[in-house]
Amino acid sequence: MKNLIKNKNNIIIFAITIAVYVLIMILVNAGLLSRQMTSIIVPVCVNVMLAVSLCLIVGFLGELTLGHASFMSIGAYTGALITMNLTTLPVPVAFAIAIIAGGLVAGLFGILIGVPVLRLKGDYLAIVTLGFGEIIKSIINSLTVTGGAAGLSNIPKYSTYKQFTLIYIIMVLMILLIANLVNSRHGRAISSIRDNYIAAEATGIPVSRFKVTAFVISAVFAGIAGVIYAHNVGILKPGNFDYNKSIEILVMVVLGGMGNIKGSIIAAVILTLLPEVLRGLDDYRMLMYAVVLIAMMIFNNSAFKARLLEKKNLKSSEKEVE
Amino acid sequence: MALLEIKKLGISFGGLRAVDDLNMELNEGSLVGLIGPNGAGKTTVFNMLTGVYTPTNGRILLDGKSIVGKKPNEICDAGIARTFQNIRLFDKMTVLDNVKVALNSHYSYSLFESFTHLGSYRKKELEMNEKAMEILKVFDLDGQADYMATNLPYGKQRKLEIARALATNPRILLLDEPAAGMNPAETQELMHTIELVRSKFHVTILLIEHDMKLVSGICEYLYVLNFGTLLVHGKPEEVLNDPKVITAYLGDEEEEEGGSAHGNA
Repeated sequence: MKNLIKNKNNIIIFAITIAVYVLIMILVNAGLLSRQMTSIIVPVCVNVMLAVSLCLIVGFLGELTLGHASFMSIGAYTGALITMNLTTLPVPVAFAIAIIAGGLVAGLFGILIGVPVLRLKGDYLAIVTLGFGEIIKSIINSLTVTGGAAGLSNIPKYSTYKQFTLIYIIMVLMILLIANLVNSRHGRAISSIRDNYIAAEATGIPVSRFKVTAFVISAVFAGIAGVIYAHNVGILKPGNFDYNKSIEILVMVVLGGMGNIKGSIIAAVILTLLPEVLRGLDDYRMLMYAVVLIAMMIFNNSAFKARLLEKKNLKSSEKEVE
Repeated sequence: MALLEIKKLGISFGGLRAVDDLNMELNEGSLVGLIGPNGAGKTTVFNMLTGVYTPTNGRILLDGKSIVGKKPNEICDAGIARTFQNIRLFDKMTVLDNVKVALNSHYSYSLFESFTHLGSYRKKELEMNEKAMEILKVFDLDGQADYMATNLPYGKQRKLEIARALATNPRILLLDEPAAGMNPAETQELMHTIELVRSKFHVTILLIEHDMKLVSGICEYLYVLNFGTLLVHGKPEEVLNDPKVITAYLGDEEEEEGGSAHGNA
């Protein structure tokens, strides 16, 4: 019976995934969306990828990091430099190489940052990752190959809304991989560290190894998101990846309810669309953004939501009994 | 040769000598108690045995091989599992998953299989579920497999911790005050559970306990710690009537009700 419910849930999720894709394709192709809205489709996907990858660290490993944007920037610059220099290769090949390399280089830095993670916890780790992010930003700022403070421009635009299908597939794959991981022995080990790392160690979990694993996976995915971002906007500046960006991603994860992948996705979509939707409000735009943030946070912690969840749980348990 | 040998074990925290010159032996299949007043260093001994603390001096031999300096997870793999005085469950995970974490290294599959749920994932997960349910059934927890661990009542949480420790397939099980916070009926039930565990899982048990009824009821041998040193050791009936032990627990006769008796001492 339980398997049946699980299968049914999977089918529903699959249907939603297809429906969202079809809906966006129809809206875009029928020209029903404004130019602003079409231009924001890919950034939404990028933010979903970032939120889901950060969710692994914040929600499942239970560590607070404020340097996620730096992994994204490493991926973005690596990918951009590759496609800008490999102009002789056909576009799909160059872009594929850029994505893979962007992910791998970001992953390497994930190992680097993973090492202090082994020694630090909580607020200390948050500050260290914050520092790490600023260091990466400064390095990119001072290197000539990255264009310094002026940044890189004329990056080929390989990931605009016209390549939506490809980007959507990458995004869905990423979500699927993380969701699968969480539901496996590796994911359980990571969650056990969050819940009680002393008990995790005592139960035979090599805590250090799993912490670094989680960081590297998250970094790789953020790097890939960065590559797609770079080829969407066409211009990269070190300032795009400061701690504001890291915090923006963190807000998505926190709003989504830590350790809740679905919530992170929804929060990422809403928070990316919100500033665009509110554009008409002009001066009050950022104010409204903040108000919505606070309202969502209050809702997340409200008794009203708890009651809603309770009802939902009751219904599903009734179904199980039947 | 004893399964576990502790030789001249000692640890200092700064100037404090928490445990000093401790010698202990655990024979295969035995059920041994480690008792002593609060602050005697019992849990510190457990922490040294499981790699949480590294002893300042002395040796710990499991099956003749030294385990000093190994990490907690390596010691767990070597065959020593434990529970904690203040329950440490994976609160936000289900009862079933708590046990499955402990099965992690016994039903191994690759990271790639975790990502894709392909290959041996399905088979290994099914085996894991089966094994975990089998262990939960022993502790009468199979009905609550889907509960969040934090939602279990206190007594069941203690049981789940023992179940999780057993799932690592240990040779030695260390129980740190398993009866703490339990009423007499629950303690009685726990005694049965411990006996059952020993016969069913063939494990050697070392337990810390303040409840003298439990200690004298099931332990075959007792070690008494006081101020970090071994006071006496021997059969429960001898040890518990030893004037030195009574003094350690209740204080000297002159000191009017100086110390406090624990549990049902």
